[in-house]
Amino acid sequence: VRRYDAVKAIVECLRDEYVIACNGMISRELFAIKDRPRNFYMLGSMGLASAIGLGASLANPTEKIVILAGDGNILMSLGTLATIGKASPKNLIHIVLDNECHESTGRQETSSSVTKLDIIAGSSGFANSTYADSTDTLKKILTKFLLLEGPSFIHVKVDKKRVEVPRVSLAPPEIKDRFMKKLLKR
Amino acid sequence: MHHKDFCSLLKKNGFDFCTGVPCSILSNIITYMSGSTEFTYIPATREDEAIGIAVGAYMGGKKPAVLMQNAGLGNSINALTSLVLLYQIPMLLIISWRGYQGKDAPEHLFMGKYMLDFLKVMKIPTEIIEKDILEEQVMRASRIMEEQKTPVALILKKNVIM
Repeated sequence: VRRYDAVKAIVECLRDEYVIACNGMISRELFAIKDRPRNFYMLGSMGLASAIGLGASLANPTEKIVILAGDGNILMSLGTLATIGKASPKNLIHIVLDNECHESTGRQETSSSVTKLDIIAGSSGFANSTYADSTDTLKKILTKFLLLEGPSFIHVKVDKKRVEVPRVSLAPPEIKDRFMKKLLKR
Repeated sequence: MHHKDFCSLLKKNGFDFCTGVPCSILSNIITYMSGSTEFTYIPATREDEAIGIAVGAYMGGKKPAVLMQNAGLGNSINALTSLVLLYQIPMLLIISWRGYQGKDAPEHLFMGKYMLDFLKVMKIPTEIIEKDILEEQVMRASRIMEEQKTPVALILKKNVIM
């Protein structure tokens, strides 16, 4: 599975959900595939996508929040999975697109080739946690999880192949303002 | 000031979402918030995680406060510079001051000495809590946060809030 295609498959399942996308290629690919005000692109603060998604989901129990993180991001703050499990927001779906490397800095390997991220999430208090190995499976699982009470976790293994996409060209305060405008219906 | 009065003061100023990592100086406050129905208190594993949670909560319409020991300010610097300051997100940082005047366990001495310098370099408005003017300090912090879309730090020494 190319990560680009996995992001595309996720976007195809979404309607009014809010997305917190981690720094690096995942934000850039999401921006290129379908930019929308409901996307929050995290440009810096590597490791904090899960935490931001948790805060947003707790503040808005009636909206669905989807976190898109890479293996580098989630391994940097595995503890956040424990925090999410304990806080247990029903409206949170955490997806990890795992290519076993730090893509944007030159494909240096991470330890996710041996880490069972879905099992860690499942044993940290996530209500649903599973693994997807194709875009079809990913779409089926995500469609199902969007209807279930969470928190839910999907671990997707993706290729190291990279699609050239531009950087996110929005100013950070603008990313925040338009996201909030939608979420808070201002 | 009694910790309950301090929490009421936060509540009165609209703070309704708290997260953080404990410190003995913050112990009463965090224990009270965790048991109170007036606050959401989310225990975080790290201080930068707490800041991330607070950012999400802010974007979701809450007014967040993050509680931490000054040791955690070290963990928080990238979260503050590349997330909170970059996106212009208001939040209150309540930071306990271990290592004050060099009188503490050895692991607290460096941050105890340079904490205010770190905050200054990041241009985060900072006030040291004094019990006689605390009410005014919280109001001012809240106002600056909202007007300037910035984090504001309140520094808490030992034995100021009981």
